[in-house]
Amino acid sequence: METVTLTIKKAPTLYLEAEATTPDALAGKSLDQIRALPVYMGNEEFTLGEFFEIAGAPGATAADTRVVVKGDVSRVKYLGMKMSAGELVIESNADMYVGAWMTGGTITAKGNVDSFAGTGMKGGELTIMGNAGNYIGSAYRGDWRGMQGGRIRVKGNVGSDTGYFMNGGEIVIEGNADVHVGTHAEGGKIVIKGNAKSRLGGQMVEGTIVLLGTVDVMMPGFKYVRDEEIEVDGEKMTLSLYVGDLGERHRKRKGEPIYGKLYLRPVKAGEDAAAREARLARAREAKKARFAPPEGSASA
Amino acid sequence: MAEYLIKNGFVFDPVTGVKGDKKDIAVKDGKIVDSVSSSAKVYDASGKTVMAGAVEVHAHVAGPKVNEGRNYRPEDKLFGTRAGVNGMRTTGGFSIPTTFKTGYAYAQMGYTVVMEAAMPPLYARHVHEEIRDTPIIDEGAFPVFGNNWFVLEYLKNNELENTAAYISWLLRATKGYAVKVVNPGGTEAWAWGLNCLSVNDPVPYFDITPAQIVKGLIEANEYLGLPHSMHIHANNLGNPGNYTTTLDTFRLNEGFKANNRFGREQTMHHTHVQFHSYGGDNWGNFESKSDAIMDYVNAHPNLTIDTGNVTLDETTTMTADGPFEHHLTELNHLKWANVDVELETAAGIVPYVYSPDIKVCAIQWAIGLELALLAKDPMRCFITTDHPNAGPFTRYPRIIKWLMSKEAREERLTTFKHADKVISATHLHGLDRELSFYEIAQMTRAGPAKALGLMGTYGGLAPGMDADVVVYDINPEASFTPDQIEQAFTAAALVIKTGVPVVENGVVINNGNKRTLWVDAKVNENPQVLRDVEEKFLKYYSVSLNNYEVKGGHYIPNPYAIEVDATQ
Repeated sequence: METVTLTIKKAPTLYLEAEATTPDALAGKSLDQIRALPVYMGNEEFTLGEFFEIAGAPGATAADTRVVVKGDVSRVKYLGMKMSAGELVIESNADMYVGAWMTGGTITAKGNVDSFAGTGMKGGELTIMGNAGNYIGSAYRGDWRGMQGGRIRVKGNVGSDTGYFMNGGEIVIEGNADVHVGTHAEGGKIVIKGNAKSRLGGQMVEGTIVLLGTVDVMMPGFKYVRDEEIEVDGEKMTLSLYVGDLGERHRKRKGEPIYGKLYLRPVKAGEDAAAREARLARAREAKKARFAPPEGSASA
Repeated sequence: MAEYLIKNGFVFDPVTGVKGDKKDIAVKDGKIVDSVSSSAKVYDASGKTVMAGAVEVHAHVAGPKVNEGRNYRPEDKLFGTRAGVNGMRTTGGFSIPTTFKTGYAYAQMGYTVVMEAAMPPLYARHVHEEIRDTPIIDEGAFPVFGNNWFVLEYLKNNELENTAAYISWLLRATKGYAVKVVNPGGTEAWAWGLNCLSVNDPVPYFDITPAQIVKGLIEANEYLGLPHSMHIHANNLGNPGNYTTTLDTFRLNEGFKANNRFGREQTMHHTHVQFHSYGGDNWGNFESKSDAIMDYVNAHPNLTIDTGNVTLDETTTMTADGPFEHHLTELNHLKWANVDVELETAAGIVPYVYSPDIKVCAIQWAIGLELALLAKDPMRCFITTDHPNAGPFTRYPRIIKWLMSKEAREERLTTFKHADKVISATHLHGLDRELSFYEIAQMTRAGPAKALGLMGTYGGLAPGMDADVVVYDINPEASFTPDQIEQAFTAAALVIKTGVPVVENGVVINNGNKRTLWVDAKVNENPQVLRDVEEKFLKYYSVSLNNYEVKGGHYIPNPYAIEVDATQ
C-alpha cells in the first residue's frame, strides 16, 4: 500500500469542503494532478494544493492507497466522503461529515469529529478515537435512509441523534451518548457502553440498541419481555430485552409484529423498586421546583 | 430584431405537414417568415432534425405544493447543485428542481411553453411569483375548479351562466389559463375524511356527484369558448381496477361539441391516463387496461389525453387529490405533507421510489408507453410524466427513446426483476410500433398546442407563428442507436424562443423573453356572482379580496393575455 500525506499549511478563513481527499480521488494520479483537485470554501473554488502540502505517492487503485491527513483540520469538512476502499488516517480533529456515504475501506480519526460522521454510510469501518458530535450514522436532512451498513466505533462520547433513521450496520460507542438514540431506526445495531440520557429508541421501528450504563429516563413505549444472553462487542452477557416503540407501525412476520429491541442491564427485584422510588422522588422535586411560585409572590 | 436562417435541416412539422424534408426555416422579428434578407444569421442544420418548440400540457412546476416539496425534501438536491455559468443562476434539485433549473432544463430539451397543471386560486400569487422566476419558457397555470364551493353550489342548482361567470371572474383574479378539475368532489370529501371513488359518489354536504361537476364544467367551458377544454384528473386515481371509473368519466363527455375560435376540437382533456388505466382488484393481480382505455380514446375525437409515463426514478408525488396522497403514505410509509385550501381545494405530497424491482412499478412503466403506442391519432395523445408524479420532466428524452425504439424498451422490459409477471400483466411485449420523428412532433408540439387552443402561435413552423425553433443533433436518415435519441433530445443543438437563440450546443446562453399566458374571458355583468364572491370573502376566506387577486407587474411582468368574448 502506497501513502500520500496531506499536511494542511494554512487554516481556511471559512470552512473548507475537501471531498477530494479520499483514496478514490487520489489513486493513480501524479502529485501535480492531486494538487490541482478542487476544494471549496464559501462559494469559491480552490485547489487542494493551495491548502495542503502534498507528499508521497498514491497507489494505482483506491485499495492500494493510504491517505494521511496531518495538521489541524478542525475546519475541514467531508474528509473521506463517499470513499470506497483504501485507508484514510486523520491525525487531528476534523469537522463535519467524516466518512459520510462511505461504502468501503477504513477511516481512523485520531482526534474528535464534528456532527454527521458516517451519514448514509453503506460499508467500511470508521473509527473515531476521540468524541463525535451529533447525528453520527444518521440520515441526511430529510432523508429516510440513514446508515445502511459498515461499522462505526467511537472511543469517546457522542452527541445527540445517534443513528437517526439507521437501517443497518453497527455503531459502538465506548463513552456516553446524549439524547435521541436510534430515532426512526428500521435496522442496525447501536451499542452504548457508557450512559445514556433519554429518548432511547423513540419512534424506533426495528433494529437494536444495547445500553450497558444507565439511562436517565426510559421511553414509555417499551415493554420488558425477558432476559437474554447476547454477544455485545465480542463479549457474552445476560441483558434484559425490552421491545418497542409500541406507538409505531411494525411489520409482521408469521403474524407476529417485529419490534425494535432495547437491551438494558437487568435490575434485581427490590433494587428496581428502590431505584424507581428514588427516580420518582427526584422527578417530583424537579417538578415542584419548576412550578413553584417565585419567592415573595402573593399566591398560595 | 435579428433575422435567422436555419438551413438544410430535416424538418418535422405537423402544422405544415412536412415529414422530414430538407427545408430552410426563416425567422424575423420573433416570427416564422417565408424568407429573410442576406444579413440573416445562418445556422447550418444539415444532418440534423428541426422541429418547432415543444409544448408541455401538464406539469407541476410552480406554486405552493411544488415549493413545499422542495422545502421538505432537502435530500432531493443533495449532490445535484451546480454553480451558475455564463451569467446563469445556480441550479439544483432532481424531482423538484429550482425554478431556474426548471426553465433551463425545459429549454435545453427544446420546450418553449409549459403549463402548470394545478394552481390553488388562493395561492395564485405564489404560483405567479415562481413562474416569474422561471426563465425562458412561456408559462400558464390552470386554477382548480372541481372542488370549489362556488362551483359546487352553482352546479347543484344547474346555474350554468353563474358557473361560467365565476370561471371568468376566477381566471381574471388568478390570471389563470384553463379549467382544471382534480378528483371532482373527492378533494372536498377529503375535508370530511372521505373520498369520491366513482363518478356517482355524492359529495358530503353539497349533495352533488362528480358526474354533475364534470358535465357542468364542460358545459360552462364551452359556453365561454375558452382556448383549452376542461382538463381533468378523474376520481379513483392509482387504484387497481380504476379503469372503469376512467371510462365512466370519459362517457360524461359524450355528446359535447367544442365551441371556440381557436381550432380546438376536444371538450375533455384527461391527464396522466397511465394512473387511471389499471385492472385487477388488488396489488397481486394488478394489470394493464391500456387497451380498453385506448379503444375508447381512439373512437372519440372530442377527447384528448396525456400519458403520465412512469420513468422508474425516485420522485416526489404531489397533487390536489388530497385523499390519494394519504392513501399513498399509508402504502409506502414515507413522509406526508397535507394542506386544506379553504373553500377551494387541498393538496398532499409524498416521496415515491418507482423501483424496477417492484412489479407494480414496472407495470406502471409499461402502461404509460402502451398508451402512446396504442394511440391511433398522435394529435390527441401527448407525452407527459405528470411531473413530478410519475417522474421528472427531464426524462422526456428517455421516454421518447422507449417510444421510438422497440429494442430499447425490450431491453428494459426483459431485465425487470419480475419480467415474466410484468410481461403477462401488460401488452407492451406484443407492441412492435416505433414512433417516428413526425409522430413525436405531433405528441409533443402540434397536438398539445392545438388542445390548448394555441395552434396559431405555438407548436408549428408555419409563417406567422411564433419563432420557436429547435434543432436536434440527430440525423433521421442515418442509422442511430436508441441512446443517441435520448442524447439528442436532452441537449438541443439550437433553441430559438420567440426569435431569440436561448440554447446553443445544449448550453443555455440567454434568459429569453419569458411571457405569462392567461385567459381574459369577458361575460355579461353578473351581479349575483359578484355578490356571492363578496359574501364568501367576508364570511369564510382568511384573506380579503384585495389580498387575493393577482394584479400588476410584480406578479406578471410580461403578460400574454388571450381574449375570449362570451358576452351576449
